[in-house]
Amino acid sequence: MTARIGVVTFPGSLDDRDTQRAIRLAGAEPVALWHKDKDLKQVDAVVLPGGFSYGDYLRAGAISRFSPVMGTVIEQAKSGLPVLGICNGFQVLTEAHLLPGAMLGNDHLHFICRDQKLRVENAETSWTGDYTAGQEIHIPLKNMDGRYVADEYTLDKLEAEGRVAFRYVDFNPNGSLRDIAGITNEAGNVVGLMPHPEHAVEPLIGSGRTDGLPFFTSILKKLVGA
Amino acid sequence: MARVVVDVMLKPEILDPQGQAVHRALPRLGFEGISDVRQGKRFELEVDGPVDEAALARIHDLAESFLANTVIEDFTVKVEEVAEAAK
Repeated sequence: MTARIGVVTFPGSLDDRDTQRAIRLAGAEPVALWHKDKDLKQVDAVVLPGGFSYGDYLRAGAISRFSPVMGTVIEQAKSGLPVLGICNGFQVLTEAHLLPGAMLGNDHLHFICRDQKLRVENAETSWTGDYTAGQEIHIPLKNMDGRYVADEYTLDKLEAEGRVAFRYVDFNPNGSLRDIAGITNEAGNVVGLMPHPEHAVEPLIGSGRTDGLPFFTSILKKLVGA
Repeated sequence: MARVVVDVMLKPEILDPQGQAVHRALPRLGFEGISDVRQGKRFELEVDGPVDEAALARIHDLAESFLANTVIEDFTVKVEEVAEAAK
């Protein structure tokens, strides 16, 4: 038995195919979901992939958040459905208020694309169980609107509750407050981050590392109890 | 017919690098005496029918839930009289 993991395609999604591939390489079954469908096809988890859904018009993720599929995702995430938002998917999750804070344009105003070093701060979420807390990983980062912001109260609360899931190490690429690269909700089922684990799952591609693969093996283990 | 204008601005405590870039360009253009620039968004909504309290309340909800992200932005809603087209 394996797990069925949905990947939503919005108009303007770029990394939906790479994400499906990463899920397959981890041993789970990827299921394509369409932004206009309310039906999640009975998947066990959902990934919101990177890209520029709806052209980033208004604010990144602001329009996607009101798409039919998101109505169901928001409802089910609140009752425990595991959801991972990568890059644009992270922006959608903050716009949907499934995760606190908001994403703004990089402080240097440029698009950035680089191999990024991260520290996994929380290895107990549904998507990070195959890492160890404090582990440093390298995965690609590519974004325009990657600056994570929240008010001081929210930042302190996230830190106190161990909900800063990933932090940038050595170099903060976008001005994110407290070097935050990704966060989790209170229950640990909803996780969002700016860098792209789905681009680091095969040794032949990119930096030659497979540091992103544990995202997808983590959720598989979580779902099938392997 | 009336126009309702929704102005959206980043909250004062949120860094605005675009506004800063505009500000830094001012001396090059010979503009002196501007101490800060912040950049925002303006939405002009052309409303069919009367802009009564109910219509304004709906627009306020729209601004709060969609046009602005109140985690990072403040907004104002105001009614603007549209000059009658030449008759």
